Amino acid sequence: MSAQNGSGETHHIVPVKAYLGVFAFLMVMTVVTVVVSWVDLGIFNTLVAMLIAVAKAIAVVMIFMHVRWANKLARLFVAGGFFWLLLLFVLVMMDYFQRATLGF
Amino acid sequence: MSTHSVTAGNPAAVLHHFDTAEQQRDAATLGMWLFLITEVMFFGGFFTAYICYRHYYYDAFVAASHTLNIPLGAFNTAVLICSSLTMAMAVHSAQLGQRKKIVTYLLLTMLLGATFLGVKTIEYADKFEHHHVPGPNFSFPGVENAQLFFSLYFGMTGLHAAHMVVGIGVMIPMLLAAMKGKYTSDYYTPVENFGLYWHFVDIVWIFLFPLLYLLGGHLTPGGGAHH
Amino acid sequence: MSTVSSTIPEAKPNYLTSDFSIKSWLLTTDHKRIGILYLISISLMFLLGGILAGLIRLELLTPTGDVFQPENYNKIFTMHGVVMIFFFLIPSIPATLGNFLIPLMIGARDLAFPRINLLSWYIYLVGGVLTLSAMALGGVDTGWTFYTPYSSTYSNTYVMLTALGVFVSGFSSILTGLNFIVTIHRMRAPGLTWFRLPLFVWGHYATSLIMILGTPVVAVTILLVALERGLRIGFFDPALGGDPVLFQHLFWFYSHPAVYIMILPGMGVQSELIAAMSRKKVFGYEVVAISSVAIAVIGFLVWGHHMFVSSQSWYAGLVFSFLSFLVAVPSAIKVFNWTATLYRGSNAFLTPMLYAYGFIGLFTIGGLTGLFLSAMGLDVHMHDTYFVVAHFHYVMVGGAIMAFLGGLHFWWPKMTGRMYYEPLARLSAVLIFVGFNLTFFPQFILGYLGMPRRYHAYPEEFQVLNVLSTAGATVLAIGYLFPATYLLYSLFKGEKAPANPWNAKGLEWEQAPSPPPTFNFDHTPEVHEPAYAYAPEKEKEVVHS
Repeated sequence: MSAQNGSGETHHIVPVKAYLGVFAFLMVMTVVTVVVSWVDLGIFNTLVAMLIAVAKAIAVVMIFMHVRWANKLARLFVAGGFFWLLLLFVLVMMDYFQRATLGF
Repeated sequence: MSTHSVTAGNPAAVLHHFDTAEQQRDAATLGMWLFLITEVMFFGGFFTAYICYRHYYYDAFVAASHTLNIPLGAFNTAVLICSSLTMAMAVHSAQLGQRKKIVTYLLLTMLLGATFLGVKTIEYADKFEHHHVPGPNFSFPGVENAQLFFSLYFGMTGLHAAHMVVGIGVMIPMLLAAMKGKYTSDYYTPVENFGLYWHFVDIVWIFLFPLLYLLGGHLTPGGGAHH
Repeated sequence: MSTVSSTIPEAKPNYLTSDFSIKSWLLTTDHKRIGILYLISISLMFLLGGILAGLIRLELLTPTGDVFQPENYNKIFTMHGVVMIFFFLIPSIPATLGNFLIPLMIGARDLAFPRINLLSWYIYLVGGVLTLSAMALGGVDTGWTFYTPYSSTYSNTYVMLTALGVFVSGFSSILTGLNFIVTIHRMRAPGLTWFRLPLFVWGHYATSLIMILGTPVVAVTILLVALERGLRIGFFDPALGGDPVLFQHLFWFYSHPAVYIMILPGMGVQSELIAAMSRKKVFGYEVVAISSVAIAVIGFLVWGHHMFVSSQSWYAGLVFSFLSFLVAVPSAIKVFNWTATLYRGSNAFLTPMLYAYGFIGLFTIGGLTGLFLSAMGLDVHMHDTYFVVAHFHYVMVGGAIMAFLGGLHFWWPKMTGRMYYEPLARLSAVLIFVGFNLTFFPQFILGYLGMPRRYHAYPEEFQVLNVLSTAGATVLAIGYLFPATYLLYSLFKGEKAPANPWNAKGLEWEQAPSPPPTFNFDHTPEVHEPAYAYAPEKEKEVVHS
């Protein structure tokens, strides 16, 4: 039907090497995130921890979950889903972070 | 396409309302992703609460976080990453139609998942022992509002663990089907979609680990934070 | 009903006659049968919710609380809200008309996941049974919003059971939305591009997005309340340092967009009715299509206007107030475009069109009074008064239910293969319009004068307007009883409907008989023209009964 667009790509066979690469990356990053948490980076501790977590999540989504080879529609939905979560965070924080400056 | 007949003409694996196997597979994958988006939003409620309360009660959260067992948490992270790899390999084997390998990798994934849950049980038991479980018996002397951290800890890790239990439950019939050789290089959508679910559960943990265990790791327990 | 003859042979059994056994209904995966199952279920829920509404109006006939104890009154309005919102309005159009028509409109044989579709109905039933059993055991008194800490700590009624019912029914909504999105993306007939889709389908696509993105958040919010109430794992309890306002944020993140779940499908129905009954392409088709999605998206950014007086920060209030004004833009675009479509159209005065006219007027009033409430300063005065009650009933009843009834009449011949009795249908449409306005317009004034909602008693000076409102509710109830009788009657004695009684455009009218066969089409249709191609020169007479 009309809505099929290059759907063969969604079922790309990923070489095992790519999986092993992601696996190694995730393991190394787990060690890094633990070690970094013991170093005092001031306000950047949280930021670094979250950046590492996001990098790990992107690796899993892209390679393990095959989004790198998925069609545009699937990518749009994946990105949209996480964007929506961000929207929830940002709008709620808009209240809380400002309320805190005014006194709870 | 335009000469579809309801009674005949389709390969057995294609349901009556689809035209091609490709279309059917595409629909299933898209449906699975939409389901995962609902899961993202579902966990999102907990994360929102975490952000707000952590912002208000940073010191209490750091003090409470210091009671969690980082080696066990890190070990469990590694276990989950391994299980994600074995799951990815199970899908890979299914794509190549390697029946025995699917079974092996699914079994490994289940084993690793069970290991994670076992370690989690040890951690929970420890919390019960120290009265760190929210409720009437909760006690955390010297720190106000620490209970909120433990509410979130149990809520988030509990919901995550529930997803693992469901995942292992789903894998049992899948394993049996794989043993019977139901999955071939032409038909492996269930394995593939379940893989997506399992990786999603892994991603949740990737965020839970630093947020719950590693919070304020550079600060002395209960010490004066300045954030 | 005689001028148009069907070009489609009606030899084969249709979806109703293919199998008569009860089992074939309870285990069906046919989207049309599931639509009918939903139609029966939500009609019963509507009846129940309507009876509860009647009890509310009965109590408010006099200033003193003389019919019910205050506690019982609290339970009645709570159950009215829970039943009407979660078990009638949210599934009303999508699960019945949407379920029935989307595959027909896009030239598919079924939804993408027929078994999941059936599952969603069973989940809805389980949720309904749980909530109704809570009601039978003694009810719940928190208001349909389940605000903490009352719901999580203090209320002594069946909060858990009701909330569980709502939680469960949420999953039926998620599954319906998921099914629709995949179907609309993957199952369209050859040639049916996005901008050839009927606006009904666009409206349901937008609704489905909200179901997918919003419903899980209310589910987790209910879970948090349940953990706090049941296991004492506190999240919102101020005694632990928790913040009850956080509950409101999470709750309204879904429940405000849920308003658009209820109205967007109605807007889709509205576009179909107006195009078919004015014999014109919907004015600015593309803009109307996009505005559906715009409403769905912007609708997620405005929830804070429910919380202006909740101790939310003034900055957040300001931003939410501004964003709330924005959502009026796409809604207004729709109203303008429908009106422009009517301009110089061959406008019929058949029943579906009467509802469509009603919708335009009532939705406009509902929408404009919404702007009063999204203005932060004014809302401080209006908050929790009958002005709010009148506002959302103008949108929900004047908008969503009007569209639902209009759509039900319009597609009734397609769904059942029978025509209803037109004169009676017109009469009831007028009755409903009059009764509705008489019920809810006085409430605007009451609210403006300061009568708060959710009380069983009120000062004596409000009685005249309350009596008017109760009188209106009586007329409205009679108006609703009419379709319930003549539509059922038509099933047995109604005139047989041709495939396309309205001479309307669209695959469901032009390519499928009434009622359609189990798999809708013998051959997958191909589409070569845009939606609503009502070319003036080819126009045939609109049928008048």
